Amino acid sequence: MHHRRILAAVAITAIVMSACGGGSSAAPTTGGSQPAASQPAASQPASQPAASPSVNLPTSVGAGEGELTVLAWPGYAENGSTDPNVNWVKPFEDQTGCKTSVQVFGTSDEAFSLFTTNPDKFDVISASGDASLRLVRAGYVQPVNVDLAKNYADIFPALKDKPYNTVDGVHYGIPHGRGSNLLMWRTDKVKPDPTSWTDMFDPSKPWAGKVSVYNAPIYIADAAVILMKTKPELNIKNPYALDDTQFQAVTDLLRQQKPMIGQYWTDYALQQQAFSKGDVVIGTTWQVITNLLQAETPPAPVKVIKPAEGATGWSDTWMINSKTKHLNCSYLWLDYIVSPSVNAQVASWFGEAPGNSKACALTPADQTNCDVFYAADDAFWQNIWYWQTPEATCVDGRTDVQCKDFDAWSQAWTEIKG
Amino acid sequence: MTGGAVGRALLRIATGAVLFFMYAPLALVIIYAFSDTGTSAWPPTSLSLKWLELAVANTGLRDAFLTSIAVALGATAIALVLGSLAALAVARHAFFGREVVSFVLIFPIALPGIVTGMALSTTFATVGLPLGVLAIIVGHATFCIVLVYNNVLARLRRTAASQEEASSDLGADSWQSFRFITLPAVRSAMLAGALLAFALSFDEVIVTIFVAGGVKTLPIWIFQSFRLANQVSLVNVAGLVAILLSVVPVYIATRLTRDTGAIGRT
Amino acid sequence: MTSGTRATPPELTPALAGSARRRLAAALHRRPRLRLGLLLAGPAGWLVIAYLGSLAILFLNAGWSRDPFTGLVHRDWTLANFGQLVTNPLYRTVALRTVGMAIAVTVTCALLAFPIAYYMARVASPRVRGLLVVAVLMPLWSSYLIKAYSWRQILSNDGVLNWALSPLGIHGPGLNEVGLWLVLTYLWLPYMILPVFAGLERIPTSLLEASADLGGRGLMTFRRVILPLVFPALVAGSIFTFSLTLGDYIAPSLITTTQFIGNVILANFGVPNLPLAATLSLVPLVIVTIYLLIARRLGAFEAL
Repeated sequence: MHHRRILAAVAITAIVMSACGGGSSAAPTTGGSQPAASQPAASQPASQPAASPSVNLPTSVGAGEGELTVLAWPGYAENGSTDPNVNWVKPFEDQTGCKTSVQVFGTSDEAFSLFTTNPDKFDVISASGDASLRLVRAGYVQPVNVDLAKNYADIFPALKDKPYNTVDGVHYGIPHGRGSNLLMWRTDKVKPDPTSWTDMFDPSKPWAGKVSVYNAPIYIADAAVILMKTKPELNIKNPYALDDTQFQAVTDLLRQQKPMIGQYWTDYALQQQAFSKGDVVIGTTWQVITNLLQAETPPAPVKVIKPAEGATGWSDTWMINSKTKHLNCSYLWLDYIVSPSVNAQVASWFGEAPGNSKACALTPADQTNCDVFYAADDAFWQNIWYWQTPEATCVDGRTDVQCKDFDAWSQAWTEIKG
Repeated sequence: MTGGAVGRALLRIATGAVLFFMYAPLALVIIYAFSDTGTSAWPPTSLSLKWLELAVANTGLRDAFLTSIAVALGATAIALVLGSLAALAVARHAFFGREVVSFVLIFPIALPGIVTGMALSTTFATVGLPLGVLAIIVGHATFCIVLVYNNVLARLRRTAASQEEASSDLGADSWQSFRFITLPAVRSAMLAGALLAFALSFDEVIVTIFVAGGVKTLPIWIFQSFRLANQVSLVNVAGLVAILLSVVPVYIATRLTRDTGAIGRT
Repeated sequence: MTSGTRATPPELTPALAGSARRRLAAALHRRPRLRLGLLLAGPAGWLVIAYLGSLAILFLNAGWSRDPFTGLVHRDWTLANFGQLVTNPLYRTVALRTVGMAIAVTVTCALLAFPIAYYMARVASPRVRGLLVVAVLMPLWSSYLIKAYSWRQILSNDGVLNWALSPLGIHGPGLNEVGLWLVLTYLWLPYMILPVFAGLERIPTSLLEASADLGGRGLMTFRRVILPLVFPALVAGSIFTFSLTLGDYIAPSLITTTQFIGNVILANFGVPNLPLAATLSLVPLVIVTIYLLIARRLGAFEAL
């Protein structure tokens, strides 16, 4: 009911905005190659030209400017402050003279809001697909000349030229690595071993009240992935492209799940603790959390799978601020962070599949890590839906209907949580 | 009137129970800081100093601690000046809107930090100032003013204005009256207020999250540690250090209250 | 008209700093208005520019629209955000839930604070009183986050409380709203104890003796003499317990899966949907304003 009111409100907003000719924007105005962020995008967000291919890309990387500020997922840019032995920022500083400071974030939305409220602050960002395109559209990140990063050639082809890192043939960054959201459970509390996400959605299960769920609107896509299998009549082709009917079915499923939830998590140490102490016994997780739990003394009895339906996941891209004053350091960082040995270190520390194909063969340990995370196993990634920002123009290519945009997703997420 | 022996015994039991309620969680922090397995097991199987050693080696924790001290000193200094000035104005002058001053000063501490934080971060972005230490100090000082103000005002109300009048009757000018009569009377109240302001700023997290722009104060460091599994056990060590260090200012504060009592009764 | 217009003999201009200061001080003494202006300029300027100005800019955003894809603010007026606030039942539910929690925490804090404050103020020897003041102040100095996190360890399924209660065969409240009520009560309790203690300490002993002399029994004295006198102090403490609960979002998300006003504001700020976050911020703004107005009428500001 109130969905319709919100839609109406959005529509009115759009009309008012077009009537006023778009108005001015609080966004920074960026280089000439950037799209105007002030256009009313409510009606046709995807139709805007993101950037013309004739952008002026840098043609060479000079000496570093001496400084770099990094906004990253926790574990992506370690400088020894977490663990004195885990430090790949220091070698970068030594090599390039770019003194590097790092800030971390817990969700893509937090990353976007940090980046946009401090528009001059961060030179580079590790953006997942549900943040990257927003950054491109809003003009906060600049096109990247991938030829200036010699390691770009070794990145797995499956990660390149994706809608969330390349717009109209223009690259906006260097792919870094990928991972899958997984289903984890306590083997002493959940029997038999689950094989499907539906075990997290059935209120009659004995573990109702002890389900752990990732706390972000993008989690709605996880329910969509289930319905792709269990309700084929809904005809969901892409969990990020949901029309009204599909969206209603997906949010209904999530409302049915709500009473089962014992934890919403974004900070992975807190999910680890909840599993360890038995506050939750089943949930959606990242491989790294499972590894940490199994490494506890005594090891927590947990197992993890990618369920049969497939899963959502992430594919991250290093991007450069369009207002950076440290362009050379930024390029140096992009090339450094995806170089085989550094990429391998990040991948094994964070717990994901490295983006650089040469990151696997360096050492036996790296090879093991690549195998654990299916780095080179294309079949594994076949049914993984990388996080992507939902748009009104359906991202699955449908033109006959409007899809629910990210605003609607965010609103629905707050309402589902109640 | 103390309500008889039974009443007194009941009061004593209730006091003990409340103290247990207040201290059990802190005791737990200390136990976990020395537990070999960190927070992952209860009761602890063996004790160890490894978290302590890791915490000492952790440069991020040390830097955050120093940043917090710098921020708290800055915010306290501003609060001390502005709070004392406002208290002098309200205590010694009758003016239209005097009632409003108390209201406006107390407002920042009563309004949720998330609103103050968003307001400051939005304003800094709109004006084009970078977020960071300066923004944190502005945010903290704003809600710390009232702590100094309350302490100084309460003292000024107890110190009769007649002393200042006598001083000026004897030929002292405004500055001399302030310097030799008012200031000595309110000095300990100012310090007590400043200590409270320091404590509040040192521990503030919500406003700080919004305006830090990448700067890590101690609470921000702790907050971000929740994200990093291998760092969570260090949080308890940070807690232990905070508990131990709190003895110093609390000791000073109680010494001050003793002074306050003496001055208040003369 | 002012001291500046008074003609100063030129030969006296390079006077000693001391005499210039003295003349300024004298001028100030003659002009209480000027003195008041100088005293108030700093604090008033700070609050108006740094604080009220910031709030004004935030609430200006409540009337602006935004790009639904990038979330960036457009400076076009719209009432859509207010419409959402009023029509969406979610916000009403969350606001009522938050106020309910704030009241529950405040009442519990008052009930817990009174006996210990009374013991400190009227029963304990001066030495014990000093120690108890230290004991109540100390937890204020240890980190809020660490205390909240410690409570997670206590309330967890395999946590300390269930471990301690297991011989009795009972369970603690667990990580839910009841647990949160305990945690918030714990976190803000010292803010209630301190003003109530000060309020009780201020009651002249002679008054209580008079009540006893007139035949007032313990309970009667409490209800007719102590409570009315200490009430402003209780309200003063409640300003902290109520408003700190009202705005908290970290403890709720550490302990429960339930949303409070702070969580919903944060969620919208994070989308980012600053206009809606600003609109929702009006809810605590209005509640706090009303609460403070009532508290002032009850004389709480004098008891802070």
